[in-house]
Amino acid sequence: MAKVIVDVMPKPEILDPQGKAVTSALKRLGFDGFSVRQGKRFEIDVDGELTPERLDQIGRAADTLLANTVIENFDVRVEQ
Amino acid sequence: MRVGVVTFPGTLDDTDALRAVRLCGGQPVPLWHASDSLHGVDAVVLPGGFSYGDYLRCGAIARFAPVMGEVVRQAGAGLPVLGICNGFQVLCEAHLLPGALIRNDRRTFVCRDQRLRVETVDTAWTGAFAPGEEIVIALKNGEGNYQADAATVKQLEDAGRVAFRYLDVNPNGSVNDIAGVANAAGNVVGLMPHPEHNVDPLTGASLDGRKFFASLLGQLVG
Repeated sequence: MAKVIVDVMPKPEILDPQGKAVTSALKRLGFDGFSVRQGKRFEIDVDGELTPERLDQIGRAADTLLANTVIENFDVRVEQ
Repeated sequence: MRVGVVTFPGTLDDTDALRAVRLCGGQPVPLWHASDSLHGVDAVVLPGGFSYGDYLRCGAIARFAPVMGEVVRQAGAGLPVLGICNGFQVLCEAHLLPGALIRNDRRTFVCRDQRLRVETVDTAWTGAFAPGEEIVIALKNGEGNYQADAATVKQLEDAGRVAFRYLDVNPNGSVNDIAGVANAAGNVVGLMPHPEHNVDPLTGASLDGRKFFASLLGQLVG
């Protein structure tokens, strides 16, 4: 069964309060010099063959529901 | 006038919104997320809460509930729609209003009696206010930080579609202190503060919430 990964990240110009909280917690723990932005990863198992049409469909699903393109970018890739 | 209030799974303030409609002289009509009928109401309120547990993003799943298809369709035809807090988030996700609400910049839940300025009276929900009127409305949210790209913000400002602005403090990092916006036609308004909590002297820090509903009902309140 094919697995497709959709990564969703806040756009670079959009403040990421969660990433900032993680960044400052890391610093408190002594992990200096790391700047974190936090996103979401979706793992999608595809029934049957992964055709270009099916992959295109996942792109449209990401654009419709998984990401809000006002504030987020997304990336679709097939897991090898 | 019959005013529908939608209940999604996880909605909290539907009962308060229904009560506010009644106290302000309207006829409250409960609407259910899984029904695709608005039962012929004259206006719709999308109340506050945590629809679908805020899963994925606030309002992202509610936006595709069966009832929303009809809300979007009729809003396009001029039906007055007010989105409060989570309802505002749903309206943005549904693209009835521009922009998006992200987590508060201060990373905490904010609960306070918030001073606001009414920036436009040319909407279905603000006509009973005086231009520039300063009001106090309960605010309670963790993700009320209004963001849009610079071109959209400029368009909103130039067209007078910023409906409400935070005064004294910006509680969540919203761009240009924006607390609420309207669509181009003025029938759809969304805001983070909760006017339905400011209709009763027993529990509200003001009665300023009544004017939202009075605007809709076209009658003055004392």
